[in-house]
Amino acid sequence: MHKSLALWTALAATMILTGCKPGGADQGPVILIGSAAPLTGEIAHLGKDNENGVRMAVDDINAAGGVKLGDKTYHLKMVGEDDKADPREGTLAAQKLVDEGVLAVVGHLNSSTSIPASRIYADANVVQISPSSTNPKYTEQGFRTTYRVLANDNQQGAVLANFAASEMKVKRVAIVDDRTQYGQGLADVFERDVKEKGVNVIDREFTTNKATDFNAILTKIRSMKPDLVMFGGMDSVAAPMAKQMKELGMKSQLLAGDGSCDPGFITIAGDASGVLTCSMAGRAIEKMAKGEDFAKRYKAKFGTVVQLYSPYSYDAVYVIVEALKRAGRPDRQALVDAMPKTNFEGVTGHIEFDEKGDLKNGEISVYDIKDSKLNLVASFH
Amino acid sequence: MDTLVQQVINGLVLGSLYALIALGYTMVYGVLNLINFAHGDVLMIGALSALSAIGVLQGAWPGLPGWTLLLLGMTAAIPVCIALSLVIERVAYRPLRNAPRLAPLITAIGVSILIETMAMLIWGRNYLTFPRLLPDAPIHLGNATISVTKVVVIVLAALIMGALLWLVQSTRLGRAMRATAENPRVASLMGVNPDSVIATTFAIGAGLAAVAGVMMEATYQVAHFYMGFIPGLKAFTAAVLGGIGNIAGAMVGGIVLGLIEALGAGYIGQLTNGIFGSNYQDVFAFIVLCTVLILRPSGLLGERVADRA
Repeated sequence: MHKSLALWTALAATMILTGCKPGGADQGPVILIGSAAPLTGEIAHLGKDNENGVRMAVDDINAAGGVKLGDKTYHLKMVGEDDKADPREGTLAAQKLVDEGVLAVVGHLNSSTSIPASRIYADANVVQISPSSTNPKYTEQGFRTTYRVLANDNQQGAVLANFAASEMKVKRVAIVDDRTQYGQGLADVFERDVKEKGVNVIDREFTTNKATDFNAILTKIRSMKPDLVMFGGMDSVAAPMAKQMKELGMKSQLLAGDGSCDPGFITIAGDASGVLTCSMAGRAIEKMAKGEDFAKRYKAKFGTVVQLYSPYSYDAVYVIVEALKRAGRPDRQALVDAMPKTNFEGVTGHIEFDEKGDLKNGEISVYDIKDSKLNLVASFH
Repeated sequence: MDTLVQQVINGLVLGSLYALIALGYTMVYGVLNLINFAHGDVLMIGALSALSAIGVLQGAWPGLPGWTLLLLGMTAAIPVCIALSLVIERVAYRPLRNAPRLAPLITAIGVSILIETMAMLIWGRNYLTFPRLLPDAPIHLGNATISVTKVVVIVLAALIMGALLWLVQSTRLGRAMRATAENPRVASLMGVNPDSVIATTFAIGAGLAAVAGVMMEATYQVAHFYMGFIPGLKAFTAAVLGGIGNIAGAMVGGIVLGLIEALGAGYIGQLTNGIFGSNYQDVFAFIVLCTVLILRPSGLLGERVADRA
């Protein structure tokens, strides 16, 4: 009897303690901003980068005095959720954020999580700004709540195809994608556009976003002797692929989209990284007016370099706050109505949305690798 | 046909890694009737420990040659994995020795998640690069290329598997392991201590996983807290393919699975006239597994499971 009483008391105490949320001193009225990104899994380094951008923006805005709406000054608080880069977890994370009462969400990272989650946000009237999802379908669903602050894959695929045909002057290309909505979507747009330019697509292979061994498909591609291998997918897959291309003695270049265009690729691929040409769905950080300052402050605050999308998630928070000021009150419907009039100069450039929620005049930057660093080659509007 | 040699080489490398990991699964299942889902994560801890050890050694003695660093890294990883595995066995599995089958299974999954998260906290979320220790210039055999690392993987795996077979067939310990696997209670009547034999089984499996982990990160040159999940899953499939509980079966199953994956990915497109592409590589492997199990339910070389009457 004593033993089980002690056990039950311990159990009850644990449950009560885990239910307690660490409360700070009362800081006045709070506005909750949600951040949904993969904090675990293969692209956890990119997800944490997204969340860090949101955190930095929230801290900057609070340090500058918070958000003044009407006669009240609100304090921003970030609510971070982990979507594990998985569509099912993404919908769970979205539901959790909606239930916590967030006013808007910056997220998700990949298109395959943003698109299913967008339905949940749309039903709850929560504005969703993605700092990194480029699949066109995200904004084509007809929701008033979906926005993105970077270019989409229709533009990105076209730029890549154009670059491959006109600048790199390749004649034979093999395409590999990771079968996610992002990777497959980008590869499909690229294939369609590059065929129109008269380039011969000799092979189409597939892998998954969790694979690390590509020797089999690369062997097959190698026997067909392409000038270029185009890959649709993230750096966690592209980098081992580049290494294995080198080990198999392949002479082809590697072309990839924004998912592989970050320092993480160079770190993982090491001396095999020189073979990469990649695109980013936004302005180059070197060309951003406040880019260098942002990168310095980011490094000082978090101890690592900017990975990929943190400037975009940073700007997304500011876009939300600007829209809130226009709305005049912390209300989801008012925020949804105020978003279309966004006209904001952020770290990443000028932000205005078209009627679907896509960024107007998105820029695409093309990089290659020189001296183990990303080197800007061209920019396209 | 020139790609066939290359694909076979790819398959052998992959298969050797799967075989080493599958041995851990199959030995534990043989004595405990338990699928140790945490085994893939033991591999990951071995790989990451070796990486840290090599980092420290490179800092302290910069002039050490690559071979030495690799061997020292493995020597550092093996005790870590063995210690971890023994702790898991003692803390998570021994208390559940006589519990219904589901309890240790769920515990194993829980232990797996625990280890992954601990690794994420210790080593961070980012991908870590394994330094290039062995020369990487491709060696050309006709139209195929192979690297020194791949040769080392295949040869080392073969040597280790040979040593394990000798251990199990020709030594007292091996006889004790086989006896415990057949019937633990009768074995204890014959003077075998089942607890220490089971602990030894875990230890050997963990040692193999450590070697496999280090060879995996030497081949692919990345290490990540999540790297043990998929290889663990595939190695378990290989163990079942060869006959769960059967040590020779795990070796054969591993090599066969590796070859199927490599040849499948390379040739599915041609075989099906482009209807199925290389994204069906895993499907192909699992179809083979299902076919083998339907036609021969105890796996290619037959099951060896404890008779727990």
